[in-house]
This record gives sequence, C-alpha cells and structure tokens, in this order.
Amino acid sequence: MDLEYGPEYQDFTKEVQSFCKKYEGLSFIDSSNNPLGSSGGSGGPKMSRSEWQKILIKNGYFARSVPKEYGGYGGEADILRSRIIAAEFSKSKTPGAMGGQGIDMLVPTLLEMGTEEQKQAYIKPTLHGEMIWCQGYSEPNAGSDLASLQTKGELVGDEWVINGQKIWTSTAQYSQMCFCLVRTEPDAPKHAGISYLLIPMDTPGIEIRPLVDMTLNAGFNEVFFTDVKIPAGNIVGKRGEGWAVANATLGHERGSLAPPDATMNRVNMLMHLMKKETLDGKPLIEHPIYRDRLMQIQGKVLAQQSHALRLLSAKLNPGTDVKIGKMIQKLTGTELRHELEGLAIDVMGEIGTLYEDSPHLKNDGTWQFIYMYFLGLIIGGGTSQIQKNIIAERGLGMPKEPKVEGA
Amino acid sequence: MYFGLSDEQSFFQDNVRRYLKEHATIDNIKHITSGDEKNLSAEIHKGLLNLGINGLLIPEKFGGLGLDLLFAAVVSEALGGGVGPTPFIASYVMAPTAIKHAGSKSQQENYLSKIATNEYRFGVGFSEFIGKRNDAGISFSDNTLNGRAMFVLDADDATHVLLTDEQGQIFVVDAKSANIEIVKLTTVDKTRQYSEVVCNNLEAELLKNSSDSTDPLIHAIDAGRIMLAADSLGASQTMINKAVDYAKERKQFGRVIGSFQAVKHMCAEMAADLEPCYAMVWHAAHCHDNSPNEARLMACHAKAHVSEMSKGISKKATEVHGGMGFTDLLGLHYWFKRIGLNRQILGSPELVREEAYKAQI
Ligand SMILES: Cc1cc2nc3c(=O)[nH]c(=O)nc-3n(C[C@H](O)[C@H](O)[C@H](O)COP(=O)(O)OP(=O)(O)OC[C@H]3O[C@@H](n4cnc5c(N)ncnc54)[C@H](O)[C@@H]3O)c2cc1C
Repeated sequence: MDLEYGPEYQDFTKEVQSFCKKYEGLSFIDSSNNPLGSSGGSGGPKMSRSEWQKILIKNGYFARSVPKEYGGYGGEADILRSRIIAAEFSKSKTPGAMGGQGIDMLVPTLLEMGTEEQKQAYIKPTLHGEMIWCQGYSEPNAGSDLASLQTKGELVGDEWVINGQKIWTSTAQYSQMCFCLVRTEPDAPKHAGISYLLIPMDTPGIEIRPLVDMTLNAGFNEVFFTDVKIPAGNIVGKRGEGWAVANATLGHERGSLAPPDATMNRVNMLMHLMKKETLDGKPLIEHPIYRDRLMQIQGKVLAQQSHALRLLSAKLNPGTDVKIGKMIQKLTGTELRHELEGLAIDVMGEIGTLYEDSPHLKNDGTWQFIYMYFLGLIIGGGTSQIQKNIIAERGLGMPKEPKVEGA
Repeated sequence: MYFGLSDEQSFFQDNVRRYLKEHATIDNIKHITSGDEKNLSAEIHKGLLNLGINGLLIPEKFGGLGLDLLFAAVVSEALGGGVGPTPFIASYVMAPTAIKHAGSKSQQENYLSKIATNEYRFGVGFSEFIGKRNDAGISFSDNTLNGRAMFVLDADDATHVLLTDEQGQIFVVDAKSANIEIVKLTTVDKTRQYSEVVCNNLEAELLKNSSDSTDPLIHAIDAGRIMLAADSLGASQTMINKAVDYAKERKQFGRVIGSFQAVKHMCAEMAADLEPCYAMVWHAAHCHDNSPNEARLMACHAKAHVSEMSKGISKKATEVHGGMGFTDLLGLHYWFKRIGLNRQILGSPELVREEAYKAQI
C-alpha cells in the first residue's frame, strides 16, 4: 500500500490548483443541454462553453492523451495526472470540462477503432463542444435485448439507406451527429448483423420528437428514419461488427455514470444543509435518526471511494485482478447516488418535495431533480437487473438463462 | 501509487488460509464448538503461533515482526474466512496496540517482548468505554479495580487482561489473581471465546500514558474494529463462495438453481455489496498507521459498513442453500454467527456511526 503519488505529482497538483484559482467563479454565456452540466459560478470570467473547452485542452486539463492532430493536448496517457485534475477541479469553484455521449463514448471509440479520416473529421469539433452527439441504440422493441434491434441499413451504390426508429435518444434534439446501431446484414445471426454508423442529424428523412421525462425536461427523444442516406464510409469497424464496437463504447459509459467523488461532494453538501435547516427548532443533524441515515450513506460512499482507488491502482499496475470490481460500478454507483438524493428529500420532509421555482426551495431544487434523474440512469445504460445478470454470469460464472426458441 | 496488498501480505494471508483449511475443517470446528475437543483449538492456536501471528505488530526491538495494521487485517480476514477458532483480535492486535501507545518504556519492553515470545497472552475488556450495559463498569482507586467488564475478548486461558475504566485509563491485571473472576459467556458464535470479568479489589497496573489521554485507548479500539471488519469480510466471502458453488450444483425444476434469476441476483447483490469492502478495510488499516486525520472516520465507517453488508450477505447466502443452509450439518451457520458477533462487538453499527459523526465535527 502506497498512496503517495510521488514528488513530481505534487508540483502538478499545485499547478492545477493555481489554474483553478485563476478561473474561479467562471460562468458561461451559453446554456448546457446536459442537466447535470455545470452552470458555472459567479464573480469570475465569462465565456462560451466551447472557449472554455479550448482553454482546458491547451493547458492539458482535458483530452490530455488525445493526439494534437485530432484536437487534443497530445500528452502521454497519465492516469495519475488525470485523477489529480479531476480531484482538484471537483474541490474547486471552477467548472470542469463538459461531458456527454460524444466526448465520453464516441471519442474513445473512434480513437480505438475509427479510420484516420473519421478521427480527423470528428474528434476535434467534438472535444471543442461544437459537435454534439447522440447515441442511437435503443428501439421500441430493443431495450435490454439491444441486439434484437431492427432499424435497417441497406447499401445502395455508395450510400447507406436507413429506415426505422430509435427511442430514448438523449439530447438528439441538440445533436449534430448520431452514432447509431443499424441492422445491415438481415440474414446473419442476431449479433453478427449489426453495423455502427455515423449519421449527420440534419440529413433529410430524420424526424425528432422530444419525449418529456419524469423530471419534466425533454431529456430524450424518438428519432424516426425514413430513407435517410449517408455516405458508405460513415461506418466504424466493418459491416456486421457493430456489436463489438458498441460494446467497447458501453464500457466507457458504465464507468463514467456515477463517480464516487461527485457523490461525496453531495454528501458534504447534504451535511451542510442538515446543519443549517431545522426541525422543531433543532438542526436536522441533531436528530439522531436522520444523522444515522446520513452516516450510513457516508460509509457506503467512503467504501466506493476506496474501491475507486483500488481500481485506479489496478490501471497503474497491470495484472491486478479487479474483474468483478469493475462490473459493479454502474450498479452500485447509480443506486447509491439515487439513495443519497432521496435521503436529502426525507430529511427535509415536505420542504423536500418543492420543485422548479417554488418558494423555499433548497439548493435550487437539485435534490428532487437528481433523485429522479438517477432513477433514469439506473434504467439507462443497462438496467440494474441487467448489471446483476452480468455480475452473476461473467463475474461469478453462473449459468445463463435457458434460451427461448427464436429469441 | 499502489493501492492493494503487498506480495508479503498476500503470502502471509495464504499461509494462514492454508493452515486453517487443513486444520480447522468443518469436522474439527464441530468438535471444538461442541466443547468435546479442547486440545484441538489449542493445537490450532499453536499452529498459528508458529506462523507468527502473535508478533505481527510488535516492534522488532521487542522481538516481534514490526509489521503494520494492514498485515494484521489480512490475517484477520483469513481467520474470518476459515472461522479460525483462535484468539487473535484482542491478544495480538488490540493489546499490543494499547501497550505500544499507552505503556511507558519499561511497560512496553516488559509486556510486548513477552507477547512476542508467547510467555504472556492478553485478553481485552474495553466494551464499557464504548457503551456500558446494566451492572457493568469498572472503577479504579488505591491501585485496585472493582466492578465488572462484559464481553472481554480472548480472555480464556490468558495470562493477563487489559481493562479500562470510564475515564479511559488502561490497566493490566493478572488473569490468575485470586481477586479476579473470569466467567465464560455462551454466545451464538462458539468459534471464539467471550467472557465476563469481575474484579474484587483486584490489583492493577496503570499503563502510564493512558492517564491523561484517551487517545491510546481509542487507537486500540479502532484497531480492533478494523480487525472485526476484516474478519467479517473474510467470513462473507466464504459464504458467497459457498452459495455460488452450491447454486451451480443443486438442481430443481430440471435445471441448476443458479440459472434462476432470483438466485443469480442474490449472488450478484452479495458480490456487489462485498467488493468495495475490501478496499475500505485495507484503506482503513492503512490510514490507521499513516493518516491520522482520516484514521478515526475510516475505522468507524469500515466497522459499521462491513457489518451492515455482511449481515445481508449472511442472510442471502443461507437462503441460496435452501433448507440445507439452515442445518447444523452443513455448518454454514458458523460463518453466519461469526458475522453476527463481529457486528455487535466493540460497538454496533449505530454506535460506531455516531462516533464517526463526532470524529468529523
Ligand atoms: C434517462 C435515460 C436515457 C437514455 N438514453 C439513451 C440514449 O441516449 N440512447 C439509447 O440508445 N438509449 C438510451 N436509453 C435507453 C436505455 O438504454 C434503455 O431504456 C434500457 O436499456 C432498458 O431498455 P427498455 O427501456 O426497453 O426496458 P426493458 O428492456 O423492456 O426492461 C423492462 C424491465 O425488464 C427488465 N428486464 C429486461 N430484460 C431482462 C433480463 N434479461 N433479466 C432481468 N430483467 C430484465 C429490466 O431490468 C426492466 O426492469 C436511455 C434510458 C433512460 C432511462
């Protein structure tokens, strides 16, 4: 056990800290379409989100290991430096880089499996926040059983012609591009008939219908494709290999949904709230029942933070066995965050139900919002039940369900 | 940066595991817990002493191995995993920690070197400092102790016992004195011994540095808590392994029960609950020695959190076994009960979480 990063990292930490200090209170002049995206602070410099992305990249605090020619910083992949950057930004009052499905999922996938042309065309604008992506996987009849998807793609001349429907497509209404799973080999077995296509969202024949979710935002959409034509080269991997490409991307998504440091920030925020808010004249934190529930959750988050250190160490020290350790992240991280946000509502009681712009709202109503939002994340990206199947079957080696004929 | 066990730690742990696998078989555990084979537990204890468990935390200058608490934690995990029927937590972790921090130079030299040679073995009775039950409590005056300490750990056949009064002063007493009465308690966990100690004008030696600060006592208690968390961690892992193995073999409705999702999901939940506990226990042990600011918080939370997770696991793993899980024959209940004791000893989850809160304000 050695939790020291080494002296060169101490200097680096100081450097990041002073950078954060310089931009403290930075606020954005444009809005975010990610509901958890930072709205920035106050009292600091003002700029657009895209300008901020560029400054972060230039200083190596974002897209650090992405090659310069694709718009990244062009540094060595350095897991510890990335970790320090994340930790220092989360402690500071300076917003970090924007995320989203393009940045978190598509860019790593293209770096791994994209053609040179694709990397040149897409990575830079995506990193700069100028090209927003949506993920076109799920369909009305293909959710957990994603590989049963039916949206069709036919190669006619040098174009793919796409017909079908996607659903639950987050941010489609703001997106320039969609990475999409399409059945291109109708005669091949289920998993072998899928291709991974890159579709410009302004292509004729695409219709987007926003769907309002329980938070009352239109977080996702239905997307209809009618004879949508895109160039034959807009495919990642080979024909029929889309399933493997998609699974690489899902891995990136599952790791990044609920980082424990963010959850611990919320625990601290809740503790602060419980010291300030009173019930029968006594701070909430002085009510033993609420205090114990807060401590229970703090213990769980601490366990996940320690666990994250173990996973970090496993990345630095290849050969460490953390197979199950990685598989549990999506399940435990999203469930815990949901539980924590729900506790905040409980301790506030009726006040906890206030929403939107109601009088007496606490912390801008974020507790209710994130409580519901994380129920969405428990379902999206592979439901908790599917995660348990994965842990049991791939982690513990338990047998698969008997197959139903035709499924 | 490296977060995990060293090769030496893993190696030592494997040795303890292997030893227990060979000697603390279910049959032997049955004999020991039904009380018909007293020598068997003494033999196992001796075997583990040969591996060096008594000297782990004793500084080299006093003849010990001079290792850190993480080392002790991995041993404790192995003992939990194999329901090791042997003194450990009090005798070889809490007592050395308390003496190291509270003893004068000469007290350290005297006691620690004799623990290292196994001439002395300590029981520890600190429960009353954490939460005093009816009729319990020790008071000190005129160099003697009076009163009763409950749930004293590892006192059976010990040469000495460490006791505390309400102020948190720590005393060494002679377990063979005529003024001490050590009464065995019968708990559900028969793999380890718990006692009640009654003092009647019992001569006591104060550990010098415990008179003006409770830090040494708290340090020893927290070390014990991390050991209990580690013990439950090991016990839980064994229960999960047994449940998963059983689920892959047992058939109903023409298929192995492990292919039923209800069963699979119970197993996945157990694994997901336990996995972060490894990191938490290791981290708590590491902080205990290296990071005073986080030490208390991590020790208390590790004890409480692992206790909660283990309780759920011990229930689910039993359920996966169906009626067989409920039998004495299978012996799964030894782990269930061990986890049950670990949860209550040195502070149940609610009490320890309250300490965790107070440690951060
Ligand atoms: C907030 C949010 C954002 C999303 N964003 C996107 C996006 O951007 N792009 C995209 O493509 N998709 C997106 N999704 C879709 C998401 O991936 C699916 O909703 C999810 O995979 C579940 O599929 P489903 O909704 O069809 O539910 P179903 O698969 O019908 O599941 C219904 C219930 O049955 C259970 N179930 C199904 N199969 C099994 C099984 N084998 N074993 C046990 N239980 C099972 C499920 O766990 C669930 O409880 C999003 C979803 C949400 C909620």
